[in-house]
Amino acid sequence: MMIRLTIAAALLASAAPAWAETHSIAAGEGAQERLQEALILAQPGDEIVLAAGRYAISDGLSLDVDGVTIRGEGMDETVLDFTGQQGSGEGLLVTSDNVTMRDFALENPKGDGVKSKGADNIIYQRIRVTWTGGPKATNGAYGIYPVESDGVLIDGCKVSGASDAGIYVGQSNHITVRNSIAEANVAGIEIENSRNALVTHNVATRNTGGILVFDLPNLPVMGGGNVIVENNLVVANETPNFAPPGNIVAGVRRGTGILVMANDRVLIQDNILSRNPTAPIMIVAYTQGFDDPRYNPLPRNVVVGANLIEGGGYDPQMEGAEMLLAAFGGELPPVMWDGLGAPGTVRIAPGITGWNLNLPEQGKGLTGATPGPLQAPPPEDIFYREGIGAPAALEARLAG
Amino acid sequence: MKHFGVFAAAALALAGAVAVSATPAGSVDEAAIRDDAMPRVLSAYGFFADACAQVPGKGVTAYRLNTPLFSDGAEKLRFVYVPAGAQAQAQAHGEGLLNLPVGSALIKTFAFGEGDTRRLIETRVLLHRDSGWVALPYLWNEEQTEAKLAVAGARVALKTPGGEQISYRVPNKNQCKECHGLDGAVVPIGPKARNLSKDWLADMVSAGHLDTLPDGADTLPMWEDRASASAQAAARAYLDVNCAHCHRPGATASNSGLDLRWEQNDPHALGIGKRPVAAGRGAGTHLFDIVPGKPEESILVHRMLSEDPGVAMPELGKATVDDDGVAAVRRWIEEMSAQ
Repeated sequence: MMIRLTIAAALLASAAPAWAETHSIAAGEGAQERLQEALILAQPGDEIVLAAGRYAISDGLSLDVDGVTIRGEGMDETVLDFTGQQGSGEGLLVTSDNVTMRDFALENPKGDGVKSKGADNIIYQRIRVTWTGGPKATNGAYGIYPVESDGVLIDGCKVSGASDAGIYVGQSNHITVRNSIAEANVAGIEIENSRNALVTHNVATRNTGGILVFDLPNLPVMGGGNVIVENNLVVANETPNFAPPGNIVAGVRRGTGILVMANDRVLIQDNILSRNPTAPIMIVAYTQGFDDPRYNPLPRNVVVGANLIEGGGYDPQMEGAEMLLAAFGGELPPVMWDGLGAPGTVRIAPGITGWNLNLPEQGKGLTGATPGPLQAPPPEDIFYREGIGAPAALEARLAG
Repeated sequence: MKHFGVFAAAALALAGAVAVSATPAGSVDEAAIRDDAMPRVLSAYGFFADACAQVPGKGVTAYRLNTPLFSDGAEKLRFVYVPAGAQAQAQAHGEGLLNLPVGSALIKTFAFGEGDTRRLIETRVLLHRDSGWVALPYLWNEEQTEAKLAVAGARVALKTPGGEQISYRVPNKNQCKECHGLDGAVVPIGPKARNLSKDWLADMVSAGHLDTLPDGADTLPMWEDRASASAQAAARAYLDVNCAHCHRPGATASNSGLDLRWEQNDPHALGIGKRPVAAGRGAGTHLFDIVPGKPEESILVHRMLSEDPGVAMPELGKATVDDDGVAAVRRWIEEMSAQ
């Protein structure tokens, strides 16, 4: 009896409170004010339901209440249209914990799409962010943008046109990005200064670079690593870089499939990579100079397991490309390492070939490069996965 | 003694605001400040003896900041209320922020136009409750008789002092927190000793509203006298007041790594030679936040000069470019080359 009671109590505690309310919003006159008011007045456990329709939004929306669900009737049915946005740096800002967003879209936000900051255990499910004019430097930077958060689950989302990264997870921990499509962004999916990220079953196509995993200096949160990139389709990332020049991703070379920069313990396996003409897989040190004693600019413990790779760097966007192509018989091997980091930094499964820029020094560009074939040891038997990915408890909040 | 205190406060309030002949009859409803509710109208608080003329009521004191936040050129009328029998503490918070006791309120009215044509647009209140500070925006009616709670904010068409016709944004309740949020809590930004005058603080002490005169008063230059201040002092004061509530650790833009607080002395944290992190197209064609000697190549100036959402900084609270602010920051960056 005692046990039963405890279970019942636990169930009650984990479910939405009995008094949770549903706030229904429909498109039309005053929709923005009605929606924003609901976002402000909601209580923990409440649901905000957006009816199908197109919502003209002129200002950034924001949510700061824990445990709220915002859901539409589908990413093609419920559309928040920010084409006429007049203020704010993003379309929707979430700053509270345990928030679930699903089944709606944002179009043409002036800055970022959905940004969640310091918002732990957040779920983005079947959210679409689209800049409808295609790739343009005037598009906003990030489509889906969780930052400084512990517990991030992104599932079934779709982002295109971001002038920086479609799906960008920054300075966060315990992350899963899966079943999502990143198309025609500068960077498709980016894991930056983050730990314990699982990037799986996504499609990254027509971006400048498909999936990027890296660490930057001088940020509040550093020491990125423990990242698994597996079972992704990374194809035809051939869009010329359209990022504004000041951005770190402006340095991403067209035709980069999966890039690892200045990160520790990264596993890349069971992906399908095709038509990533600079390098299907690129492993490098941070390319710029820096002044931050906490920062390690080198890649460490990067494992390239078995991947299905069609073609290598057949049209590299790189200085001396013609000479390189000639030296390697018309096409560069699919895995590129810049040679910075200790010997054994990169492990590669048998059957996958690589080349090494053999750079002598970090932060000096390609100066002194002596390219040659990459001799890398094979992966060790086990890649320790414990703690990587979003907390399992988030799964229970997903809609079927 | 108590009577004297109330009288002194009222007299001070009048000295700091519009001169009227009679002692105001209004008195503040402390329950409205402290209770866990959102009063629908501004008059519920009783902050004003004459709200339309912005004459404060009993116990409500007007103040100004040496260097103010730019809000499209709005005239800003600031008031503080400290509950009877309580005192603010001079030394309690970081950065010299006065520690106002529970039951206190900060009131700020935004107005455009002068003299008879002055129109009150909105009044923002910060209420110190047992649960912490709460920020609420109130929108004035056309008749200027009442301001109503506008949790979702509003847009108002108006003309700035510079003659620009704009769609002025009244922030929603959450947007209040975007600037006032620090480590997850809402906090006041303005009333820091360094940005308040010694005389005003001394008056607050004599009125019994403040326990003691804080150190560091009048550190930031008076904005209208900035030409006689050093380029560095004027620019750093401007950046502290206009940017550092977000661009600092624990606040909305902490992830940028940019820290523009007055007390920050690390050049990199201030943006000198710092590359952008998540600026997106906000960076324009530039590579660094600040390039010494080259304001035209500095992202900071580029974003201050923009009116385009997604590029413009600050992101909230303004729709136009602050030419004076840009000039002050420009002058500072230009002088860096001489160092």
